[in-house]
Amino acid sequence: MHVTFSEAELAFRDEVRAFFRDEYPDDIRAQVDAGEDLSPEDQVRWQKILHGRGWAGVNWPVEYGGTGWTPVQKYIYSREEGFANAPLFIPFGVNMVGPVIYTFGSREQKERFLPDILASNVWWCQGYSEPGAGSDLASLKTKADLVGDRYVVNGTKTWTTLGQHADWIFCLVRTSSDVARRQEGISFLLVDMDSPGISVKPIILLDGTHEVNEIHFDDVEVPAGNLVGEEGKGWTYGKVLLQHERTNSANTFRSAYRLRKLREQVATPVRGAPPLADDPNFMRRLAAVEVDLKSLEYIELRTLAAVASGKAPGPESSLLKMIGTEIVQAIDALYMDAAGYYALPYRPQAGVGADNEHTTALNYFNHRKVTIFAGSNEIQKNIIAKHVLGL
Amino acid sequence: MDFSLTEVQAMLADSVDKYVANEYDFETRQAYAGSETGFSADAWATMADLGWTAVPFSEEDGGFGGGPVDMMVLMQHLARGLVVEPYLANVILAGGVLRRLASPEQKSRWLQPMIGGELHATLAFNEPQARFDLASVSTTASRDGDGWVVNGHKGVVLNGDTSDLVIVPARTSGDMHDTAGISMFAVLADAEGVSRNAYATVDGLRAAEIRLDNVRVPADALLGQVDEGFAALDATIDEATLAVCAEAVGIMQILKDKTVEYSKNRVQFGLPIGSFQALQHRMVDMLSACEKAQSLLVWAVMTCAAGGEDAKRAVSSIKYLVGSDGRRLAEEAVQIHGGMGVTWELDVAHYFKRLVVIGTLFGNADYHLDKLA
Repeated sequence: MHVTFSEAELAFRDEVRAFFRDEYPDDIRAQVDAGEDLSPEDQVRWQKILHGRGWAGVNWPVEYGGTGWTPVQKYIYSREEGFANAPLFIPFGVNMVGPVIYTFGSREQKERFLPDILASNVWWCQGYSEPGAGSDLASLKTKADLVGDRYVVNGTKTWTTLGQHADWIFCLVRTSSDVARRQEGISFLLVDMDSPGISVKPIILLDGTHEVNEIHFDDVEVPAGNLVGEEGKGWTYGKVLLQHERTNSANTFRSAYRLRKLREQVATPVRGAPPLADDPNFMRRLAAVEVDLKSLEYIELRTLAAVASGKAPGPESSLLKMIGTEIVQAIDALYMDAAGYYALPYRPQAGVGADNEHTTALNYFNHRKVTIFAGSNEIQKNIIAKHVLGL
Repeated sequence: MDFSLTEVQAMLADSVDKYVANEYDFETRQAYAGSETGFSADAWATMADLGWTAVPFSEEDGGFGGGPVDMMVLMQHLARGLVVEPYLANVILAGGVLRRLASPEQKSRWLQPMIGGELHATLAFNEPQARFDLASVSTTASRDGDGWVVNGHKGVVLNGDTSDLVIVPARTSGDMHDTAGISMFAVLADAEGVSRNAYATVDGLRAAEIRLDNVRVPADALLGQVDEGFAALDATIDEATLAVCAEAVGIMQILKDKTVEYSKNRVQFGLPIGSFQALQHRMVDMLSACEKAQSLLVWAVMTCAAGGEDAKRAVSSIKYLVGSDGRRLAEEAVQIHGGMGVTWELDVAHYFKRLVVIGTLFGNADYHLDKLA
């Protein structure tokens, strides 16, 4: 048993490491390190830097502009990216709708959409959840009726992350209710956000941020050519995409970065207080999260080894999502507790508390979402119970 | 054995419940919290008229002579409204020190107007380096003719932005962590040399950093004896800790009730989610946490009312439980509400935030467990 990389893989690691050291802009790094949200402009700027290096489509096939990396290279990349605390890629284009289009889309759709997705020229958002369809996604009601050469879409999508910036939305819609299983009447549709009849209503989250939206479709006409694949197959396509979403939410190396930073931070006196590292209670909690994270890292490595030897990835993505998100929340709580009273000020003027202290509680509050979105952790447990335990 | 409330206590509970139900719905609370001062002057005047600001003070001082049980009743019932008016800062914190240390003349100048709702006061018990150590006082007061000159920085002073009077613990002798050598001063917020950097706190309330730069105060700004202020400060913070624990237990019960209610109405997979055993057991755990907390609170309040050796242990016990079980319960309430639980629109998120903030106030779970260990 061993975990070692080949000479070539080590050289690749050095190349990636050098890239993040040299090309990751300092101003963006400072914002991410302080726990602040990036503006859409900075987000796109960073994604374009990656695209310029040919690294935007990590998982994409070479023929569509992807890297063509091996599973081990992808792993090395995500590790270096996490250790650099680089911004999370806005996933909706490159990680979500892109793979669906290159896997199931028509030639015309591929030519039309893929280059702009990879280059971050077009901002995509996701139309899955509805007010009545959250964990039970298959109960979605947004209708798309084919009238001549157009679909007419009516309904409401919700929790649409960053939809206020989006140019396009990909939706799961009901094209038929005359089916044996309700999953069979669902189709995958691409919709221009400028279409008449679309309205975007902000939903403010508990930390006061406008991050998600409710999107209303009122007789929105969509060309029939924007249907991806076949009618009624949307559920299958969407599931492929959700697996990507869940694997991405493990966040292993960003969590490692944050824990390492926290160790450094608590070893240093803040605001004239003795270092928190002198407090064994806090350090025991920190160490326990480090143990959990190490186990997550090795779950990922064992999954990687299985995939590298040709086995298909299974419900591990559910496990990774579950454990990874719980660790994210545990780290948030540690940061907040480390800040003590200085976690309390809400968006204060400069000079209140030290460094990132005033973002710690907000991150703790905001990140309650990570065990809820992309299929709540309860739903992940249902999946594991069914598909792994056979219950 | 009798855990029932006295007639007066029951009336107090009833009065708070009626007020919150009739005049303090969630939308009203949010409007007050979002206003310039972060609370409603009218609501505060009403609370003074209803006599709530007088509860813990002796009849001689113009109060009702209430004790820990009365305060528990008041805070636990106010919790339902997530009331943003500065009750903690004025009545419990500033009032706690004034009640213990102020001379009759000082009381008539500051305590009685505070009880009447005309003067806002707070206690600057925290400094940036202190974490949760009350004795960590680096603010100094030096003699200056008949009076004193005060220098220092007080951090996260609750309602420090709107207070007319700030009670400032300052070091008159000793080293930074000594309990001896701390004196209490009543400093007017508009005195020359006082500057305030105000902000909202994450639970929607208000606080400020207060800097004191060569602030000259007269001799009669000193509350109690020189160098001997710590005992009153410490006792006041214990009272305040117990009071926010009562608020926290009230919030825990509300979050449990709201979660159960939501689970009965939210339908997924063709069934109310409350019919799923996986969630039922978690809500039973929430109930169990509430019962534990309520029972421990009752013990802590009775122990504090009796005074004596165990009082500090009782305060740390309930604060630990509120900080650990309370936070876990609130996280579960949010999780079971799903996406709705993390929205600004739903009150659940705001109860959650308040409970988390209370978890930190006056020492978090680690701090109090350490005291017990």
